[in-house]
Amino acid sequence: MIDPTGMDLRSLPLARRAVLSAAAGGLGSLALGSLGLGATMASAADASPSPAAAAWRGVIRPYHVPPKAKRVIWLYMAGGMSHLDTFDHKPKLAEMNGQPMPESFTAGQQLAQLQGNKLACMAPQHAFRRWGQSGQEISEIFPEISARIADRIAIVRSMHTEAINHDPAHTFMNTGSMISGRPAAGSWLWYGLGTPAEDLPGFVVMVSTGGFGQSQPIASRQWHSGLLPSRFQGVEFRSKGDPVLYVKSPAGTTAGRQRDVIDTISRLDTLRGSVVGDPEIAARLAQYELAFQMQASVPDLVDLSDEPASTFDLYGTKGGDGSFAANCLLARRLAERGVRFIQLYHRDWDHHGSVKDHVKGTAAEVDRGAAALVEDLARRGMLDDTLVVFGTEFGRTPMAQGDGRDHHMKAFSVWLAGGGIKGGITYGATDDLGYGIAENPVSVHDLHATMLHLLGIDHTKLTIRAQGRDFRLTDVHGHVVRDIIA
Amino acid sequence: MPHIRIAALPLACMACGLTMAVWPHAAAPAAEVIRFDRDILPVLADKCFACHGPDAGHRQADLRLDTFAGATADRDGARAIVPANPQASELITRMHSTDPDVAMPPPDSNKQLSDAEKDLLERWIADGAAYDAHWAYRPLIRPDVPASDSPSGWPGHPIDAFVDARLAAEELSPLPEADRATLARRVALDLTGLPPEPAEIDRFVADPAPDAYERMVDRLLASPHHAERLAAWWLDLVRYGDSVGYHGDQEIAMWPYRDWVINAFAANMPFDRFTREQLAGDLLPDATRDQKIAAAYNRLNLMSAEGGGQDKEYHAKYASDRVRATSGAWLGSTLGCAECHDHKFDPFTTRDFYAFAAFFADVQEKGIYHGANGDGIWGEMMWLPSPEQAAKQADLEAQIVAAKAAVDAADGDGPRGEAAAELKRLEEELKAAIDAQPHMPATVSGSPRIVRVLPRGNWMDDSGEIVAPAPPAFLPVASRPAEAAADVRLSRLDLAHWITAQQNPLVPRVLANRLWAICFGQGVSRRLDDHGSQGEPPSHPELLDWLACELRDGDGSDGAWDIRRVLRLIVTSAAYRRSSTTSAEAMERDPENRLLARQNRHRIDAEMVRDTALTASGLLARQVGGRSVRPYQPEGYWDYLNFPRRTYQADTGESLYRRGLYVHWQRQYLHPAMMVFDAPSREECTARRPRSSTPLQALVLLNDPEFVEAARTLAAKTLAEGGADLLSRARFMLRRAVGRVPTDDEVGVVADLVERHRQLLVADAPAADAMLAIGAMPQPAGVDPIEMAAWMTAARAVLNLHETYTRN
Repeated sequence: MIDPTGMDLRSLPLARRAVLSAAAGGLGSLALGSLGLGATMASAADASPSPAAAAWRGVIRPYHVPPKAKRVIWLYMAGGMSHLDTFDHKPKLAEMNGQPMPESFTAGQQLAQLQGNKLACMAPQHAFRRWGQSGQEISEIFPEISARIADRIAIVRSMHTEAINHDPAHTFMNTGSMISGRPAAGSWLWYGLGTPAEDLPGFVVMVSTGGFGQSQPIASRQWHSGLLPSRFQGVEFRSKGDPVLYVKSPAGTTAGRQRDVIDTISRLDTLRGSVVGDPEIAARLAQYELAFQMQASVPDLVDLSDEPASTFDLYGTKGGDGSFAANCLLARRLAERGVRFIQLYHRDWDHHGSVKDHVKGTAAEVDRGAAALVEDLARRGMLDDTLVVFGTEFGRTPMAQGDGRDHHMKAFSVWLAGGGIKGGITYGATDDLGYGIAENPVSVHDLHATMLHLLGIDHTKLTIRAQGRDFRLTDVHGHVVRDIIA
Repeated sequence: MPHIRIAALPLACMACGLTMAVWPHAAAPAAEVIRFDRDILPVLADKCFACHGPDAGHRQADLRLDTFAGATADRDGARAIVPANPQASELITRMHSTDPDVAMPPPDSNKQLSDAEKDLLERWIADGAAYDAHWAYRPLIRPDVPASDSPSGWPGHPIDAFVDARLAAEELSPLPEADRATLARRVALDLTGLPPEPAEIDRFVADPAPDAYERMVDRLLASPHHAERLAAWWLDLVRYGDSVGYHGDQEIAMWPYRDWVINAFAANMPFDRFTREQLAGDLLPDATRDQKIAAAYNRLNLMSAEGGGQDKEYHAKYASDRVRATSGAWLGSTLGCAECHDHKFDPFTTRDFYAFAAFFADVQEKGIYHGANGDGIWGEMMWLPSPEQAAKQADLEAQIVAAKAAVDAADGDGPRGEAAAELKRLEEELKAAIDAQPHMPATVSGSPRIVRVLPRGNWMDDSGEIVAPAPPAFLPVASRPAEAAADVRLSRLDLAHWITAQQNPLVPRVLANRLWAICFGQGVSRRLDDHGSQGEPPSHPELLDWLACELRDGDGSDGAWDIRRVLRLIVTSAAYRRSSTTSAEAMERDPENRLLARQNRHRIDAEMVRDTALTASGLLARQVGGRSVRPYQPEGYWDYLNFPRRTYQADTGESLYRRGLYVHWQRQYLHPAMMVFDAPSREECTARRPRSSTPLQALVLLNDPEFVEAARTLAAKTLAEGGADLLSRARFMLRRAVGRVPTDDEVGVVADLVERHRQLLVADAPAADAMLAIGAMPQPAGVDPIEMAAWMTAARAVLNLHETYTRN
């Protein structure tokens, strides 16, 4: 701990000595206390602060089912990715191009901006081809995903949701409810399983913005811990300014001086603690240790200088540009450090107009990064225990909206890879025109149930008591989709 | 000896070998009489009602256990409960069964009965299985105050009579009164949300008068900051925000409503009137401007201008939103559960939910506010010009009249053109002037929308029956005013009257419980958001009922619904004034402090965290009310908002240093320093904030420029006012943060830090300059930057102490 000015802060008589030699004794109660989940029993004396003491080990012990995945990387195509131009091939829709949409499909149905308009079919805008040994059908706008990882992914063509507008649909996709205030999936996992990366948040969010669709808003509610304690809130890693809010010490303050401030806080708090016997003091000091470690670990995480050139070639980015691919690379680095839930939004999929060009443009923004990530994880042997989800909040209409497509909640596609997923399969089907589900419907709650299952959790048993009842990610619904599990 | 049950230990505590005694605040000890509401109903509700409760739609086997008749009904010769005969009761047989097809609750249901719960159920049935109304719904009757000869109580304080009687029964001795500095800081934080100045503490410490404390309390209650503190509490309940919440989360000027709330608390408006004006101020005869502002309560729901949204869907969302908020804020109940099905644990039906929603069906609104993201017009609006703005408008309007006359009178193309141009200019100026006036969404009553019961909450399903406004029927209060004819549609005003009707037992209990929580950090019943059967029975039911009666009735002749009076009652009790230090005995006997042998301590709320740092540094701007303010915020924090895109512009001058109450409440992106300390987004009613401890909080207090600037200013204040020598300055600085007089050891630690950093900075002057450049407040002239920066470092430490943000 040498201060750049030359003073060796190690010579200081620091309470931190005691701080760092944490007695394992206080751990559980400290965690409880800092959560506000119960009274803290530890006396100040036997509760030495340490980052380990602040760590949260999760409430799922033991696992409900044998886990296949340890972490999730959720690639979120925000704005509503058209299934018809990406992963759900509908030749019949091509035949019907320009013809009136048969009323049998749409009568009495909820539509978004097309409500009350004349409805005509719009053909898939790009050709589909079969890829890999499995022969997965994927639109040619995803050359990298198709060529590199088609055999690794399970495409689900029978997703449906309950919300037709972005904001409630995001909230539903992330929390299982359209009502604000429920915990996001990442918060549930952090709460349920804890996180091995003690100097990083257990739930990290990154957002990139493209150049083709409308940049629909994303509310911070999408990574909020809701009814769960706030410590399980997702933390945004940002591509400009501080990578994590306030992670940088104030101007003029070196790491050594910041350390000295924190040590002084620790000494003063400890002096007071010996008088008032407040166990919360130890818990809080542990949080300061964690904060200080984050001040080093976060810049270290986003510093890509230790990556070989081959990494940059694979992802097609040098990083640091805020692109989806750069975020994919960071996601891999976060996964390596054990972060439990990593969510990457790419907000460029709202294609109400010019869908042909725009869906191709947006696909190109994510194609290489997503494929590189899966391939990179596989090369490192991490894909086996990392569940990758490539999803969106809803699909888009088979009916034209000018030269674009409107929001559609009756059907959309996602794919999953790694972490116990059967690769090279397609599950579920929509009807001939891609409007409704014809076979094996998968609800958002089913997707959540499946994800939790792969991480060793029975989705009916991960609950939090609030407002007089138990809440869970899957509300009172959800079935594990066993057919896509290896 | 009191009865102490040792509950199953959480695994984490087992591992570290700590013992945990859980006080039997709820369940009856073995020798005590079992009470249905306290001991049995919570068990049945939690473990049985999901399948055998009030919700007819999900009831299994047609068996209901929430009523005596249902539980004892003959079912082909078997009865779930046979009073006084547990052996013959099917419920008992099944609860003990190990056969998975027979056992109840089903082994795979995630709802298992503990042995203690089984024992309770058996004893209760043996005693006759008496059903009784839930504690919060029973008629509210003033209990007798126990005779008190307690050594700790102020003679004659009724609260202490209740608390001490229980302590005596449990043979637990209360702690003595807190030291005066702690007490002064506690009561100031609880009642005003601001820490006291050290000089105020000194005054109280030195005041020998027997009523010194009461006079301090009265000073605090009379302060405008008391009204601000209560406003922060109320705004959580009614989900006040400065933005619409959905989709583009556009800004709206709701702050006149916020100021109305502050003014109402400042005037100590009785709670029944406070209720009436918010729910139905616009319906009052000759409604004043203020009453109409109050009625904007009905427009605090989230709103959307998202393209592609359907009016009908969003009307349904807004209706549900209002039911959740109003039932949460006033009834302390989770009526929201009944949107899709009859409530599983409480006697609310789906019909109740929609009939409640129907009260608000007259509030004129749109489903989707198309275009509001551009013009800021969210349906019915209320223009609220300041006197200056009104005068300017009148002046421009007069000029326009004159200019029009000039156009008419002008002769020839040239002069007419000139006059017309002038008119156009004035009209544009008028429009700009009007646009600049605050205008807030207003509550305007009109033809009510049809409200139907929506099957499973599905807004597209029109098959449900049409319902008229009606309050839930389960409380012992008439659902219609006696004078209302049967065919008259009830109004929001009727709802307000129903809520505060003398016969409504729930509302005074809910409010009294929450006022208690303001002063103790937790309620007499700790579930501030749910006073139903899934809530927690009060630790002191008679005390809560007595307090609720005090609130509702005052002293019988005066003081009905007087919030200030009840707060004063609470904070003048000995129970309130006790020390919060923990003794070994207390921690073992009553770790959660349900018996109130001591005070509680907790981290202060987000707003108070900010206010405390600003107060310690002397930066706090104490202006009351006005538009919401924008402190420093990290660049790009609003990047994902859109329609329109927004660039955050921090305020300048005093607006940077206003109380947390006034910080712009962007519901989708609340200021990160507020959010990290558990301030809610205010999308929904929040009755209780969590109190977390996270590393991100440390990062805010250490590195957020707002707090770093506060440290710089505290350093400047210390150098200017803290005396001449190192130790007196260190003492001064610590006192500004924690209030009490620091120990020599503490002063020494701070002084050492200053010395170390002075040495470091002498060799690194640019670092000192960089530190002093943080924040907009100018540096005082003539101060050595090295000295200032060294003290600023010390101030950063002091403004990060646990104690600084703890209410002890």
